[in-house]
Amino acid sequence: MIKKFDKKDEESGSGSNPFQHLEKSAVLQEARIFNETPINPRRCLHILTKIIYLLNQGEHFGTTEATEAFFAMTRLFQSNDQTLRRMCYLTIKEMANISEDVIIVTSSLTKDMTGKEDVYRGPAIRALCRITDTTMLQAIERYMKQAIVDKVPSVSSSALVSSLHMVKMSYDVVKRWVNEAQEAASSDNIMVQYHALGLLYHLRKNDRLAVTKMLNKFTKSGLKSPFAYCMLIRIASKLLDETDGGHDSPLFDFIESCLRNKNEMVVYEAASAIVHMPNCTARELAPAVSVLQLFCSSPKAALRYAAVRTLNKVAMKHPSAVTACNLDLENLITDSNRSIATLAITTLLKTGSESSVDRLMKQISSFVSEISDEFKVVVVQAISALCQKYPRKHSVMMNFLSNMLRDDGGFEYKRAIVDCIISIIEDNPESKETGLAHLCEFIEDCEHTVLATKILHLLGKEGPRTPQPSKYIRFIFNRVVLESEAVRAAAVSALAKFGAQNDDLLPSVLVLMQRCMMDSDDEVRDRATFYMNVLQQKQKALNAAYIFNGLSVSIPGLEKSLHQYTLEPTEKPFDMKSVPLATTPITEHKTEIASVATSKLPEKLAPSRQDIYQEQLAAISEFQGLGPLFKSSEQVQLTEAETEYVVRCIKHTFARHMVFQFDCTNTLNDQLLQKVVVQMEPSESYEVIQYIPAANLPYSQPGSCYTLVRLPDDDPTAVSCTFSCTMKYLVKDCDPNTGEPDDDGYDDEYVLEDLEVTVADHIQKVLKPNFGAAWDEVGDEFEKEETFALASVRTLDEAVGNIISFLGMQPCERSDKVPENKNSHVLFLAGVFRGGHDVLVRARLALADGVTMQVTVRSDEETVVDVILASVG
Amino acid sequence: MDSLEPSLYTVKAVFILDNDGNRLLSKYYDPELYPSMKEQKNFEMNVFNKTHKADNEIAFLEGMTIVYKSSIDLFFYVVGSAQENELMLMSVLNCLFESLSQILRKNVERRCLLDNMEGVFLVVDEIIDGGVILESDPQQVLQKVNYRLMSEPAYGFVLFDYITGNVEGETVKSQLLRMKTHYLNKAWPRFCSRPKSRSNGPF
Repeated sequence: MIKKFDKKDEESGSGSNPFQHLEKSAVLQEARIFNETPINPRRCLHILTKIIYLLNQGEHFGTTEATEAFFAMTRLFQSNDQTLRRMCYLTIKEMANISEDVIIVTSSLTKDMTGKEDVYRGPAIRALCRITDTTMLQAIERYMKQAIVDKVPSVSSSALVSSLHMVKMSYDVVKRWVNEAQEAASSDNIMVQYHALGLLYHLRKNDRLAVTKMLNKFTKSGLKSPFAYCMLIRIASKLLDETDGGHDSPLFDFIESCLRNKNEMVVYEAASAIVHMPNCTARELAPAVSVLQLFCSSPKAALRYAAVRTLNKVAMKHPSAVTACNLDLENLITDSNRSIATLAITTLLKTGSESSVDRLMKQISSFVSEISDEFKVVVVQAISALCQKYPRKHSVMMNFLSNMLRDDGGFEYKRAIVDCIISIIEDNPESKETGLAHLCEFIEDCEHTVLATKILHLLGKEGPRTPQPSKYIRFIFNRVVLESEAVRAAAVSALAKFGAQNDDLLPSVLVLMQRCMMDSDDEVRDRATFYMNVLQQKQKALNAAYIFNGLSVSIPGLEKSLHQYTLEPTEKPFDMKSVPLATTPITEHKTEIASVATSKLPEKLAPSRQDIYQEQLAAISEFQGLGPLFKSSEQVQLTEAETEYVVRCIKHTFARHMVFQFDCTNTLNDQLLQKVVVQMEPSESYEVIQYIPAANLPYSQPGSCYTLVRLPDDDPTAVSCTFSCTMKYLVKDCDPNTGEPDDDGYDDEYVLEDLEVTVADHIQKVLKPNFGAAWDEVGDEFEKEETFALASVRTLDEAVGNIISFLGMQPCERSDKVPENKNSHVLFLAGVFRGGHDVLVRARLALADGVTMQVTVRSDEETVVDVILASVG
Repeated sequence: MDSLEPSLYTVKAVFILDNDGNRLLSKYYDPELYPSMKEQKNFEMNVFNKTHKADNEIAFLEGMTIVYKSSIDLFFYVVGSAQENELMLMSVLNCLFESLSQILRKNVERRCLLDNMEGVFLVVDEIIDGGVILESDPQQVLQKVNYRLMSEPAYGFVLFDYITGNVEGETVKSQLLRMKTHYLNKAWPRFCSRPKSRSNGPF
């Protein structure tokens, strides 16, 4: 074998690979010479190299053969050849997971690690720690402690880094080496310093006080290593972020001072840390931006890339701060590194004026095909942001996007484009028809099921309300004929919406439905049959309830309730109202965070916050029998920041009760609190039934106590109430270091801020995709109308915001956005009142000296209407 | 925002490819990143396809920042997370390249690298340990590795090996050719970067 490839080597000169035709069995065969005496270092070395090379190529070694080779290798420790010994260490590390009984080499490695040859010591430590487990670690603990403070830098570094690797496995053992690490941190060697800092931080990161002390020490004494500086900057900015430290804190000053460091790496790290800080003012950003500006003209591509990537981030939040760099960025748009050019252009798109948009778009379309999908996504996001800024440019953008949509590209890229087009459509009613046309064209040839269903859903929602709904039917029905099951099912649902909304299309939709009922897939057939029957009734209320505005319950909740229902045999039909409602996620503002940062982790269907609470509360026996959790409020702070105890409250509403969950944190390290309850004095006829105390509240470990309150049955209109709250507890003094409490304690109390229950706590947000249909469905049986004057409000935007937050209802049909330069607006709100009654509110707002508001409320229950009107007044 | 969790784990992966994109050496330090060999090789191929034509120093692919450098028929890559300080990754890449260039006597090309693979493994091991930057100064790395070029041993040594039958399978011719290239190596280092072929000498 070897003969063969050696010959071939000669023939083909430098082109061949001496390892190319290695065979595992042949190499293992060769490894037998490890047992020969005397050891031939050169040949053995070559064989070890081959073994490592094979492992590196992904060759699979069975346990038996690996163990055999490993044991043979241990004999090589008899040789004193340096390189051979070093390769043995590497082999040990590579084989640690595949061979059995690797601990056999422990004593050889321990000998090398404490021996005289400095060249062996560092690598031996690293190999040893690779094969050590927690129990054995204690045996070598003494050596490790010595190695950490060894004066040979490579030994110290190796020991520190290996300790860091082992923190995951044996935190408690490594924790004991903190004093040694501390000593190593003051080493003169830059790498030792860096590794010691890294280990110290890792051991102390959960103890904020210790981290602060450490930062103070190092920022004062100064460090030599640029890596250590970068690490310090990261620790400081994390601490600033966690403590909401103001920008006048010494930590911020430290980061800013690093902008003047002589090493570029440190300067960039500091600039990047400042840019990523939340709530940075333009003045604080300015020095960071100006160093980044300097980097833009660096001859090093990596530095230019780093600078423009960071500027791109700045431009998302503070476009004006970056305008000073526009000239430098202009120079980068022709950079041969397309990543740099793309980032420069997208940054300019964010900072530039409306007039430069066309030019930049032209520039970028010249090389959009050359850049990677990741950057195409960045481009699409820049365009999306631009459309929000300059709505008038939507036609240029739409053209560009539709061209991009036709090009090849992966799923993420296409999804970004589709999302962008959808957001343009939602923002500019006049772009709706062109946008929908582009999307229709796209689904004609779309391989991504998720996107096709998403677009079909959008067509179903928007299509029927366009002037010419009939032209979309063809595209939708084509999907029924050509696509996979999931897409066909979505197409059927979309068709049904056309039929429900457009009477003249109904006959043809029914014919198409008839065809779908012969589909080969169950789901498609079921949907078609269902819609067919609903549509044939020709009743608006039915259409609204079953076609436009589907279920509004939480899906995990529904699953759980149904499971529960099947467990208990009962005559009663299943009650939909017993299922907790879906909580509309708190709409975050369009996440424009460039996907440069997105992780590739698949998104999991996370249970909503409310589902988690539901589970937590259900686990407490006192709260069983309260029924399903109706609503959980946001956290309310009941203490000032930076006080002895921090208390936050979450209000959980049930059908006839409320549970107040108090999350308390004790910030005094010399106290242990026990039997903590929050006593509540209601102002109205609310009745406190029970307190569930938190048994123990040690330092910095949050705990929860609960108060159960019954809502007044006799007066359903009493929806708001003020509670005065006092925290009562038993204090035991304790040793700040060990946490050991004294035996005796004394009772104490702490006055908290008042807690308000408002009408919003009784209403759950529900999104009605088609408000008009829902409005008709509820009907005007209990409609009431009243007019109010909001004297203190100056703008429509403000009025809309106030109403939404006051009522805690979901704005529908994007009516929470007030178009510019209008002096009247209609706001649609939907929700469900405690007890499962739908509530819809239509508020007409008019702006003249103050805002006048005409509120119309509809519900299926009269008291609910009264409650809402009474609370608004 | 995506702020960086302060940590010493800077390097996600490092690999050296030849000019067909084949793996010569690669190390993945984050077990969650491409756990299987197939995913790793796919990633390497993707990176190679996107980078081998333009010598651009830095790229962003599959959510990773990648810094790279090429030399004759070799490509060196260092991979870090999207938020990583690019200059830190560059310092690792530069250290790797400088150290290898020194132990290979400036012949940073595929054949020479493969002939001294053990040195390459040792250098990588001294620069990065489990994703932590262990050393970034090439001089320090060389000192720690203390590696002698494989083609160093003197004439007599090779002859000794030959006589004792250590270089099994090698023909006399190839041995002599090797000796010759050592001498060429020493005499005219520039020569060695060219492909060696038989037409170079009387053999």
